Amino acid sequence: MSESPIVLEAKGITKQFPGVLANDNVNFDLRKGEIHALLGENGAGKSTLMNLLYGLHKPDKGEITVNGKNAIIHSPNDSIELGIGMVHQHFMLIPVFSVAENVMLGDEAVKNGSLDRNSVAKKITDISKQYGLDVDPNALVGTLPVGIQQRVEIVKTLYRNAEIVILDEPTAVLTPQEAEDLFRIMRDLTARGVSIIFITHKLKEVLAVADRITVMRAGRVINTVKPSETDSAQLANMMVGRQVILTVDKQDHEAADEILKVEGITVRDQRDLETVHNVSFSVRGGEVLGIAGVQGNGQTELSEALTGLRSPTSGKVTIDGKDLTGKPPRIITEAGLAHIPEDRQRHGLVLSYSIADNMALCDYYHAPFSSRGVLQPKALDENARKLISAFDVRTPSAFVNAGKLSGGNQQKVIVARELSRNVKLVIANQPTRGLDVGSIEYIHSEIIKMRDRGVAVLLISAELDEIMALSDRIAVMYRGQIVAIVEAKKTTREQLGLWMAGAHVQTA
Amino acid sequence: MQSEKQSNSLIKRILQSISDASLVPFLAILTAVIIGGIIIKIVGGDPFLAYKGLIEGSFGSPELGLEKSLKAISETAVWSTPYIFAGLAVALAFKGGLFNIGAEGQLAVGAVFSALIGYALPEWLGFDLPVYIHLPLAIIVGMLMGGVWAGIVGALKAYTGGHEVINTIMMNYIALNTTSFLLNGVMKDRSPTNVIARTPLIAESARMPAIFDGLRVHWGFVLALLVAFFIWWLLNKTTLGFEIRTVGLNPDAAQYAGINVKRTIILTMMLSGMLAGLAGSIEVTGLNYRHELGFSIGYGYDAIAIALLGKSHPLGIVLASFLFAAMRNGATRMQFLTQLPVDLISMIQALILLFVAADAIIRYIYRIKSKGERVVLTRGWGG
Repeated sequence: MSESPIVLEAKGITKQFPGVLANDNVNFDLRKGEIHALLGENGAGKSTLMNLLYGLHKPDKGEITVNGKNAIIHSPNDSIELGIGMVHQHFMLIPVFSVAENVMLGDEAVKNGSLDRNSVAKKITDISKQYGLDVDPNALVGTLPVGIQQRVEIVKTLYRNAEIVILDEPTAVLTPQEAEDLFRIMRDLTARGVSIIFITHKLKEVLAVADRITVMRAGRVINTVKPSETDSAQLANMMVGRQVILTVDKQDHEAADEILKVEGITVRDQRDLETVHNVSFSVRGGEVLGIAGVQGNGQTELSEALTGLRSPTSGKVTIDGKDLTGKPPRIITEAGLAHIPEDRQRHGLVLSYSIADNMALCDYYHAPFSSRGVLQPKALDENARKLISAFDVRTPSAFVNAGKLSGGNQQKVIVARELSRNVKLVIANQPTRGLDVGSIEYIHSEIIKMRDRGVAVLLISAELDEIMALSDRIAVMYRGQIVAIVEAKKTTREQLGLWMAGAHVQTA
Repeated sequence: MQSEKQSNSLIKRILQSISDASLVPFLAILTAVIIGGIIIKIVGGDPFLAYKGLIEGSFGSPELGLEKSLKAISETAVWSTPYIFAGLAVALAFKGGLFNIGAEGQLAVGAVFSALIGYALPEWLGFDLPVYIHLPLAIIVGMLMGGVWAGIVGALKAYTGGHEVINTIMMNYIALNTTSFLLNGVMKDRSPTNVIARTPLIAESARMPAIFDGLRVHWGFVLALLVAFFIWWLLNKTTLGFEIRTVGLNPDAAQYAGINVKRTIILTMMLSGMLAGLAGSIEVTGLNYRHELGFSIGYGYDAIAIALLGKSHPLGIVLASFLFAAMRNGATRMQFLTQLPVDLISMIQALILLFVAADAIIRYIYRIKSKGERVVLTRGWGG
């Protein structure tokens, strides 16, 4: 590998933003046909470096060379011209357009004054065959699963003759199987001479797929290593800058009385399709029940029905003996629920509100935050200061808008707000999605603290590792049903994986 | 020491946010005035004389003398009163995530009911009412009916998902045509000399007194300023305001936080309609003493412009209202001095609005970096 030529090199890159030195003398190089992982926590400067390579910002100091030539990149168009393609974490696709239309968008093929869909479709088929991408050019993007949509994004870059592809957190939205497929595609691409920059937080993936790993922290490159010469503990250490405990420290203890009881609930989604069928389970105080399952098997609707965001069509939900079926969120919250929602930016936060306001989002209407309908800024402020220090939220002050925080700190604001209340039940849906190692470690320990205090915890997560690490019992959801509930100690990854894939259905 | 430092930074933050918020509107006004001046030049006028006339007509000058100057300022205040109320109406709805295009209709409803209470209530009762009962009653009924009128649209939005833009426009047609029907029919001024569609004069006891003898500026202007302060307080300092803003910024998060989103939408529309209704009520009780068809020369539509120019902030609304009022009021003197048509003012107003709405133009001309833009570009990049 070391003898293949360098296709892209950044030398001594320094970029200063007001108040932050985002890149401090960064050196980075990419060789032909390699997968070079860029690993780092939120705010480490990975994104700034990629913005510079993709022409969204200009460096203050340093130079970028592509294929040995000094490259001046002023805009994404320049970088596309240089053969650099980027797949963003949030796809830039139009759902009602076909794959071919999406791919040619911005670079439309025209024949006799009208769009030449056929030649584009043919080129897509060629690319897709050549790289093993398996994409149908005539399919509507909106109807495709997320994993395939991501391939469309990759095809888009290849269609524009990219030789360097930047993948920004590509596995954040994928199921484990889809992630495996992506890794295969990445290897196919590199085998054909494409070079890949792979941005991620996930240590396992880096070790599995990368040829070289560059770790960034606080704007600096800490080290560049080969997977064979390192392990996850060492990488985590470099990322965070201190020793990281990768396993959750959890003592055995007796569960108490039943807190959440769900009896035969059925839920329909907004398209009026029944996505949860006749589901029953219960969670006791002092235990964590993990719900494992591939995304889209009814977990979202289940948690919405339990937290009052959606009414179940039948069945019964009780918290601590109180019937709360179909009650609005405030009644359920007042009955003792803390809810860490699946989508933190959509449900969990008002991004243009200050941290202080967000930390009282569910409690603003009663003492001490308000008195006779008037908000009490002092109480809001005090609460925010207390929680910021107790939950280690990294922010200059409590007045900063939540939207200005990194994902990990946004999630900490939500976790702080929810877990600081006097609650009996925690429903945490994908509590660490898209977060960095440090934040994950922290949020896991907070969840276990709640459990140890005798609170019932329902954990819904697509990350099997998270489920295995935190749960006392594990339920597996498949196509809207709970197909198994087992003691966490008495099962294995493989067994859970089979249930998640619906293996029981064939045997039953 | 600690608290002193904090209050210093608080003041700094407030000043910073004021200058951030007002920079683009200020430059938009400046640019529109410059372009307006060029156009005046092109059509053969003298831009400096025109703007001199505009300022003299709206704020007076030593040349005009004290009496005329006071009158000019008084008239600007009179003009600004309905603008402030209606601008607040649109701004409050904006804060709640709703686009109330129906201020014009709600204003007409408010005016009709205030006029009705004003002229007909003593007749129905058979005796005169004291001013401290009759005047507030006339205003409150007009205000509430404006609120009900807009509340219908809020309820349609909350329970059926019907879009408030379409429904407020439709409700405008209903309100304005019904008003026309009433003013030409049962509510028409029956005095033998009258040929226009207007109500009879309201009773003395329903009229708002002028602040100074000989000037038309009435207590409604003071009320408008007080209401503007009240709305600022309501939006920023109360739990209801918190609910309105949360629903406006992120209805999903509002629902998650346990806020009754439907109720808040209806309430926001009702409050908005009440403010628009007040605009009509105050014009009837403070200025015209009757409702006349077509008295509102598009206050309800100008209100949208004012809310945008004022960035939906009550202080911004008051300032934007003064500006619009000054331009309307000063136009007559501008025409007198330069023989330029009054319509030129509408054009400059339109330009201001264009630049506020399409603020990218202003940001480009003056090379101002948008503060929010970088956040969007880097979303999902992790830092």
